[in-house]
Amino acid sequence: MPKVKIPRKSTNIDMTAMCDVAFLLLSFFIMATKQKPPEAITVKTPTSVSTEVAKEKAILVTLNKDGKVFLMLGDKTKKDEILKEMNTFRQLNLNDAEMAKLKAADYIGVPLAQLKSALDNNIKEDQMPGIPCLDSANNELREWMRVVTNAYQGTKKEDFELLVKGDDLAKYPAFKNIIDAFQANNQLRFKLVTSSETMPPESEYYKNHPPGSAKEN
Amino acid sequence: MAEMDTSSGGGHKKGPGVKKPTKKSTRVDLTPMVDLGFLLITFFVFTTTMQQPTAMHMAVPKDDPTIKTEVKQSGAMTILLGKGDQVYYYYGQLTNPTEQFKVSSYTKIRDEILNKKRNTPLGDLMIVIKPNEDATFKNTVDIFDEMTINDIKGGHFALDKITPAENNLVHLTEQSNGIK
Repeated sequence: MPKVKIPRKSTNIDMTAMCDVAFLLLSFFIMATKQKPPEAITVKTPTSVSTEVAKEKAILVTLNKDGKVFLMLGDKTKKDEILKEMNTFRQLNLNDAEMAKLKAADYIGVPLAQLKSALDNNIKEDQMPGIPCLDSANNELREWMRVVTNAYQGTKKEDFELLVKGDDLAKYPAFKNIIDAFQANNQLRFKLVTSSETMPPESEYYKNHPPGSAKEN
Repeated sequence: MAEMDTSSGGGHKKGPGVKKPTKKSTRVDLTPMVDLGFLLITFFVFTTTMQQPTAMHMAVPKDDPTIKTEVKQSGAMTILLGKGDQVYYYYGQLTNPTEQFKVSSYTKIRDEILNKKRNTPLGDLMIVIKPNEDATFKNTVDIFDEMTINDIKGGHFALDKITPAENNLVHLTEQSNGIK
């Protein structure tokens, strides 16, 4: 009777392929994530249970902890138009080079009267005094919002997003001034930028809208 | 993991005294490296999706002083936000401050709102939020968030300006409670 020979197999698995895959994925994720430049104006946003993601292409009004207000025109398609309109309307006398600089800058945070000199002197964001919007007499944010509203006249609702990004420690009156500037231009719907927080499971909202059910706005 | 020597099956034997050089395996155990790779992947995946800022909806009424919203006294609840993360509230109209005016906090106000919501007919509920000059942006967002958490529908809460009388009460309470 011939002996049945059971071939002895190695228990080792070749890990090389798996290792390759792992590192390929790793490099993909590292490269795919957008390198966020360190923000010139540091703002620690409050948390909310909202799950909607804030758009990047939006008109963003930033309120830092000292109550300074900055405007960021995130939607590049209208930026040119808005800045040109402001230049002619308020007679800022910005030349082409200054306009180009203003267009390249992320934040607008200087009173209109100082805009020309601020652009010539290359003032850094953290040294900007902010857009004045303290009272109705000198509310330049209102002017900016008027120009923005005009520029977006006729565009679809989903193409225009108005965001307010405020710092935890900013005082309420500063926020109120921003709302006033919006109200004056009939911008009654806007969004607040927050960081996410989980909805408490025992809450009323959770009971009425269990996860997985259709989202209600 | 020990490497199993499987290569010694076929070779024929050499004579006595001839030393066989020990063959070392060229294989490296890659398991820890794979572990590390996947750990890093998980880390990157988590950090990228979690840092996305969210947007909270907010709507304000038209800037027109002629528009006045009628609110039933029985369904009204006014929440005042003061300094030092303090919350004050009262129901209906403020006629008897010593009894009506109450102090709360951002953790306790949820129960009060829920209570009011349960004891009020659906259409009558109106929560008026009035931050004073010492309240922070975070306080305002927190209290609006509380509206979402308690499922108070839009149109049943509003942001309003604090009256001097109310603000006075807030300041007096802050003084007596020693809030700085």
